[in-house]
Amino acid sequence: MAASSSAQAGDALRWQRIRTIENPWVRQGLAALAVVYLAWSLTTLEINWTRVADGLPRAVNLVLRMFPPDFSRGSLLFRGTLESVQMALAASFFGMILAVPIGICGASNLVPKPVYLAARAFIILSRTFHEIIVAIFFVKIFGFGPLAGVLTLLVASTSFISKMLAEDIENMPPGQLEAIRATGASFPQLLVYCISPQALPRYLGVSIYRLDANIRHSTVVGIVGAGGIGQVLAASFSRYDYDFSLAILLTIISLVFLGEFFSNWVRNQLR
Amino acid sequence: MLTISGLSKVYPTGTAALKNVSFTVDEPKVVTIIGPSGAGKSTLIRCINRLVEPTSGRIVLDGVDILALNRRDLRKARRRMGMIFQEYNLVERLTVMENLLSGRLGYVGFWRTYRRKFPPEDLAAAFALLKRVGLSGYQSTRADALSGGERQRVGISRALMQQPDLLLVDEPTASLDPKTSRQIMRILVELAHERGTPALVNIHDVGLAQSFADRIIGLRGGEIVFDGPPERVTADVLTAIYGEEDWSTTIRRSDDETEKPDHRRSEGEDSLVRESLA
Repeated sequence: MAASSSAQAGDALRWQRIRTIENPWVRQGLAALAVVYLAWSLTTLEINWTRVADGLPRAVNLVLRMFPPDFSRGSLLFRGTLESVQMALAASFFGMILAVPIGICGASNLVPKPVYLAARAFIILSRTFHEIIVAIFFVKIFGFGPLAGVLTLLVASTSFISKMLAEDIENMPPGQLEAIRATGASFPQLLVYCISPQALPRYLGVSIYRLDANIRHSTVVGIVGAGGIGQVLAASFSRYDYDFSLAILLTIISLVFLGEFFSNWVRNQLR
Repeated sequence: MLTISGLSKVYPTGTAALKNVSFTVDEPKVVTIIGPSGAGKSTLIRCINRLVEPTSGRIVLDGVDILALNRRDLRKARRRMGMIFQEYNLVERLTVMENLLSGRLGYVGFWRTYRRKFPPEDLAAAFALLKRVGLSGYQSTRADALSGGERQRVGISRALMQQPDLLLVDEPTASLDPKTSRQIMRILVELAHERGTPALVNIHDVGLAQSFADRIIGLRGGEIVFDGPPERVTADVLTAIYGEEDWSTTIRRSDDETEKPDHRRSEGEDSLVRESLA
């Protein structure tokens, strides 16, 4: 007894914090390497200072030509905005529906391994590419316009919501599932009587968040020709209608602001 | 009647949780299973309704060979076995009534489940049980708003809603304070006796096991090392189950041991429970 307590006291005296990298040489070496790399990359970046100097007055010119914003083409602006919102709504709605079966199949505690792997592979694959790249593909296939935009956002929404849903189901305490299974309930009954009530609030919250994100993304995918206000913005830039561009940008800002406000409000109601 | 013979379970990790366990429960009695953590108590209970798949052996409940059943027939067999859990395992966001009615899921179809349209006799049985366990008026309370003792009463009621032929009870009191533990054990044992339902109760509290059991099975390292009435649980028996320790304060006093099981509870304790249930 006495021997062990004195040994503990000895340990306490020798205590020091545990470092992520134990060996001091390795630790300091890695830090030095990081500094060297930073210095090297700064010196090899070819910053053409004359081009920077030329660019500055052009920037001033661009900003000056943006003012005052031109809202005279109101109907074009309105139609573009409406199209963006419609794209976001359609993509969110169908994404929500498609995400339910995929999300359930992606929960390892519910389905057999092959189903789980297939669902997870789908989710990972559809999350691999950025929306812009997916949008370029769909524009190539279906041509310019909102269809390509909706499909792009649909792919992104489905994978996002199903990933969140799958993880939410996996994080459920196993006891509740066990208890409902032990009553002799079937799998569909397990879904509607145990998983649905437990996962529903977060699923709705994630879906509403995704609607908000879709409104933001719908303005971006238009730039590569997938419809909505983004397409109008890209056109105005290429025609040097900078005052109209500013009007569009201001519209997008207020749209995103409204979307976020709405999404926060709904999610507060869900709690 | 439940007959278990040669039951073994080896987990994929290589742990042998049960080794050739055999016993029979042929009376509507309360059988408590005691033993140290990791002795295989939970595995044993879960093998009987196949939440855990046994490696080998035979389990026969009222003539039905449980281990030979396909998925569909297993669901039918599971409705005959009510299970009660340590962590209650209520569906937290459902109401007390919905949790009770989940005991009927094996008997109603999908659309009735989805629309929560249960037969009137199920509702009547649920209200009667709520009254019996002292939770009248709680039907619309959400499960996550209940205290531990209240949750376990809902858990017991859910299991009894199945009108089971056997109760499987896994550490019903391990998350509760001593007084609530006794109340819960008393409700459980009374209901099991009232309805003539045999109950297998895992419990690590030797005192509680002795107070409420008709029969005690001692498990150690996946093997049965004791099987007998609570009176025969002596210091030697406890040493055989748990290992060497001073058991003088654990074992029920000898003056209790001579009493008959039905007189075991004192009047004072009973009225205390009634009070707190009212």
